[in-house]
Amino acid sequence: MAKVVLPELGEKIEKAVVSFWYFKEGDRVKEKDDLVELATDKATFNLPSPCSGILLEITVSEGDTAKIGDILAVIQEE
Amino acid sequence: MEFEVFDWGLVEYSRALSLQKEAYFKVKEGNPESALIICSHYPVITIGRRGERKNLLVSEEELRLRAVSLSCVERGGDITYHGPGQLTAYPIFNLACLKKDIHFFLRNLEEVALCFLMGLGIKGQRLPGLTGVWLGDKKIASVGIAVKNWITYHGLTINIKSNDLENFRLIRPCGMDVEMTCAEEALGRELEMCVLKKRLIEKFQEVFCPAEAILWQR
Repeated sequence: MAKVVLPELGEKIEKAVVSFWYFKEGDRVKEKDDLVELATDKATFNLPSPCSGILLEITVSEGDTAKIGDILAVIQEE
Repeated sequence: MEFEVFDWGLVEYSRALSLQKEAYFKVKEGNPESALIICSHYPVITIGRRGERKNLLVSEEELRLRAVSLSCVERGGDITYHGPGQLTAYPIFNLACLKKDIHFFLRNLEEVALCFLMGLGIKGQRLPGLTGVWLGDKKIASVGIAVKNWITYHGLTINIKSNDLENFRLIRPCGMDVEMTCAEEALGRELEMCVLKKRLIEKFQEVFCPAEAILWQR
């Protein structure tokens, strides 16, 4: 299992809003695919999938806010 | 970091968006290392991911009558207007070659606008908690970016011509009750866009890569 974590985005950025999931739970994802888009005040940031596998669980829904280090999703690695 | 410069002149927003994506893939492949696109747009209102339709103050029918198009885009920020009286810069910069920090990049884009305006004799300022560059409580430059694989797109727009301010009344810029201003209004005289383009490119170089002696242009 691989956890997708909200990484450090820069100084003074403590949180971001999940603005768009490119996949839904149960979908097969490839490493480096755009997985989720996050939005801070004036920037959107695409987070790629850290590995290939099945997107088991999305833990932060679109529109919800995540803090740096929060788990956004869980992927069953292949 | 070194960047290649592209002058697209006056270009449709949607066309510029697809060209930006092409430039993104080239930068991702490392050739060029980074790119700076300078252009102006035909009148268009764009709504970012955090944007809301309620901040568009007129009907889409009225936009059509005014020959202003509407586009929803994958960038941060709310609603904004682009027109031929603005100078727009799209830095397709690989932040892995600079600093992997989104706010560092946003603040430096503001710095470019501040230096550019200072060169014209206009003293702009940042406002705490807000993005962009302001003259008093009026906004003169806007920033909104998207980042993919630490490569940036979208960017910075500076209001230059006073005859292009009218269309801002069609929206609540950035979802706020903010009044916009422009360089011509601040100076009380007309400005030539072609001269300003070169100055803007120079300011990007001064802020982002002061040590680079060579500026590749195309």
